[in-house]
Amino acid sequence: MNKRFKSLAATLSSVLLTLFGLTVLTFLIGRVMPVDPVIAAVGDNAPEDVILRVRAEMGLDQPIPVQFLHYLSQLAHGDFGMSVLTKNPVAQDIVRFFPATFELATAALLLAMLIGIPLGVWAAVRQGTITDQTIRVVCLAGHSVPVFMLSLISLLIFYSWLDIAPGPGRQDIIFDGMIDTVTGILTIDTLLAGDFDAFKDALAHMAQPVIILAYFSMAYIARMTRAFMIDALKGEYVITARAKGLSLTTVIWGHAFPTVAVQLVTVIALTYAGLLEGAVVTETVFSWPGIGQYLTVSLMNADMNPVVGTTLLIGLIYVGLNLIADILYRVLDPRVQ
Amino acid sequence: MLVEIKNLHIGFESRSGFAPAVKGVSLTLGTEKLGIVGESGSGKSLTARALMKLLPKQTRIEADKLAFDGIDILSASEKQMRTIRGKRAGFILQDPKYSLNPVKTIGSQVAEAWRAHKGGSKRAALEAAINLLEMVKIRDPRKVASSYPHEVSGGMGQRVMIAMMLAPDPELLIADEPTSALDATVQAEILRLIEELVSERGMGLLLISHDLPLVSHFCDRVAVMYAGHVMEELKASELLSAQHPYTRGLLNCMPSLMHPKERLPVLTRDPEWLK
Amino acid sequence: MNATFRNWALDENPSSRRQAAWGNWYRIWLNLRGNPLGMIGLTIILIFIAIAIFAPLLATHDPAAQDLANRLAAPSAAHWFGTDELGRDIYSRLFYGGRVTLGMVIAVVVLVAPVGLAIGCIAGYFGGIVDTILMRITDIFLAFPRLVLALAFVAALKPGVESAVLAIALTAWPPYARMARAETLTVRGSDFIAAYRLTGGSSWRIIFRHIMPLCVPTLIVRVTLDMSSIIITAASLGFLGMGAQPPSPEWGAMIATAKRFIFEQWWVAAIPGIAIFMVSLAFNFLGDALRDVLDPKAA
Repeated sequence: MNKRFKSLAATLSSVLLTLFGLTVLTFLIGRVMPVDPVIAAVGDNAPEDVILRVRAEMGLDQPIPVQFLHYLSQLAHGDFGMSVLTKNPVAQDIVRFFPATFELATAALLLAMLIGIPLGVWAAVRQGTITDQTIRVVCLAGHSVPVFMLSLISLLIFYSWLDIAPGPGRQDIIFDGMIDTVTGILTIDTLLAGDFDAFKDALAHMAQPVIILAYFSMAYIARMTRAFMIDALKGEYVITARAKGLSLTTVIWGHAFPTVAVQLVTVIALTYAGLLEGAVVTETVFSWPGIGQYLTVSLMNADMNPVVGTTLLIGLIYVGLNLIADILYRVLDPRVQ
Repeated sequence: MLVEIKNLHIGFESRSGFAPAVKGVSLTLGTEKLGIVGESGSGKSLTARALMKLLPKQTRIEADKLAFDGIDILSASEKQMRTIRGKRAGFILQDPKYSLNPVKTIGSQVAEAWRAHKGGSKRAALEAAINLLEMVKIRDPRKVASSYPHEVSGGMGQRVMIAMMLAPDPELLIADEPTSALDATVQAEILRLIEELVSERGMGLLLISHDLPLVSHFCDRVAVMYAGHVMEELKASELLSAQHPYTRGLLNCMPSLMHPKERLPVLTRDPEWLK
Repeated sequence: MNATFRNWALDENPSSRRQAAWGNWYRIWLNLRGNPLGMIGLTIILIFIAIAIFAPLLATHDPAAQDLANRLAAPSAAHWFGTDELGRDIYSRLFYGGRVTLGMVIAVVVLVAPVGLAIGCIAGYFGGIVDTILMRITDIFLAFPRLVLALAFVAALKPGVESAVLAIALTAWPPYARMARAETLTVRGSDFIAAYRLTGGSSWRIIFRHIMPLCVPTLIVRVTLDMSSIIITAASLGFLGMGAQPPSPEWGAMIATAKRFIFEQWWVAAIPGIAIFMVSLAFNFLGDALRDVLDPKAA
């Protein structure tokens, strides 16, 4: 028990160190700007003394290490700076936009797992056959298409040509502002409000980006599941299970898969990070008001605070996910002492 | 007649061609203990696994006859094989470190073997499993049942294997090098256990090993295999007076405290044997 | 002639190191040839490289030549892939865009592979505090999804091809460092390294002349598999306006400007998209096949 505690403590301190490094990196990025933030705030033609004053206000006349400490203390208070574009604190913007991305990424992850894992298992069991090859090609294709391309094509085919999917955005105009924001997750909020039309509408709008993101992640999950399962199926304990006269389903899902399940936890954590990355581009195409779109719009307008803030947030989420995956791994695998 | 094998051929198909591994093996087994002895690569494990149809996909099996209790194995479907495996024939693998499922408790694995063929509730199966663990002389069976395979020793792991394979009360037990991964001190214990249980239950035993003296001690008959052929088959009691040059060569190679030799002899292989 | 080379290369008892080395490579090639998907991938990649290099010879029009009267034309005999929103020939722009993509990819690999390898090997060989620091830095970079970090970097620098290349390189090196470190760790304690040390080899010499070359096969597989990701990241940056800037015919940038016309003149965006897809897929096929051939355990 003591050993477990020690290794957990080691992991946690390692994570904290990484988080610290994250803040250093984002701080540095934020400082390497081609545009002088003071000029960006007050304009080219401001008089000298205004520039000096604003510079002092922004703390930019201090030495770099002092600025960094200032940055850290701001972060500790949840202050990510102001967005020039929205005129709001970045932290407030992030809170407003994050649920939309969360909704998208989580739904896509669930769908990807639901399809990807069985597909990977199937490919492993049928290794070397046409089925396996087909699944492999489908997965490779999923890795080879840029997400924005898929999104555009999907809009073209399903929205424009076939007219079965709704257009960009989270809801049709008529529903805009009709639902109370409880969690920020539309599907849940509409259910909470009992408005099934709005719920269906939200679902319909979500369908395209979710399916596209899911395809993208499913490719990775299926591929890893297949690799793990192929390894697991070579194990002697699989022969034992067969020798016991168990059915094929039991051998595959009751014996081979459990040894793989633990490794999939890390894969899923990585997938979620990839989903956040994919969301950035998908939200741009589908006009989905999440932090991805927030990031890209800020980028195009050289508004650095939101860029740095969002990047830091995504990094934090990723590190957090890895930590959770690590803990789950220890808890679930009896072999890990 | 539990097992009838006539002219069995097993080979591997690979990109570079067909590689034969077992070339015309014939054996029979009734309610007795038959040992198959041979070096690594002689094909003895393959022969046993062919009987249970547990060979990998790239293997080709051909035989004039390959039958278990009259049932033709060659033409049997997976479904038919599943009525034989476990229920009528048990199979013990070599190294419990790898042959037991690492993420399931010992009790659940043994209980599964019981429940798959005898039905009943999970709790009843677990109780039966604990009884079985006791039968294979494991002390504190309840604790072992809730442990994982990596938490027990090799010898105990093999006892678990035996318990697991005997749970459905099969008629035949195939043991593929059951003691090769164990310490010398434990080997005899495990074999004695197998012998006891097999005799008690009136089962047939197919024991595969590379350990000549061990096999001669615990079996009624012995078949000596080399390079995919059976060199000779004789009664275990007559092993020391074997006639075939290969068997004599093997016997000669064994170091002995009673008759120490200045130089260990080298086995010269005569290609004539393979005709 | 072919037959004698084959016989010489596959000779069971090679008489010189060169013969053995050639034999090794030839065997790898034979194995690769047996993989149909890998061969398809290789062919497409070779075609892509040829197109990129010979673009000026193969293009039918000047990629920058505008023809506003003929904008957004459908594919025809005059313009095989049609024209974009400024009347420029898409076919020619596609080929020149291939040059940009190829250039970006090569630049990234040239930057990333040696640096990543070096960092990983140094960390693995020296261990201790050096290892901890280097791996901590690697972890920090790995904590961000690639595109997000690249976007942040490009935003800090000026949007453009050079910034994009630098940004992608900055996000792409960590996996190589990790991989090199792992390989170094497995090799570090082996006898032949000890032999080099005993004969007086300095640490740096050992790392650069003996350990790093060992990582090359795995590196090749990794790079090939990574290509698709690099190409897609570059295109994504272009699509978001952060990479190659118009009027550059970079494929991602082409799609960005064509986005507005997706519903009417869909080919303007679709054709560069298909190009990206095919090249990425080809690299993935090849990388998969290479992995099966060079590193069967990881298959």
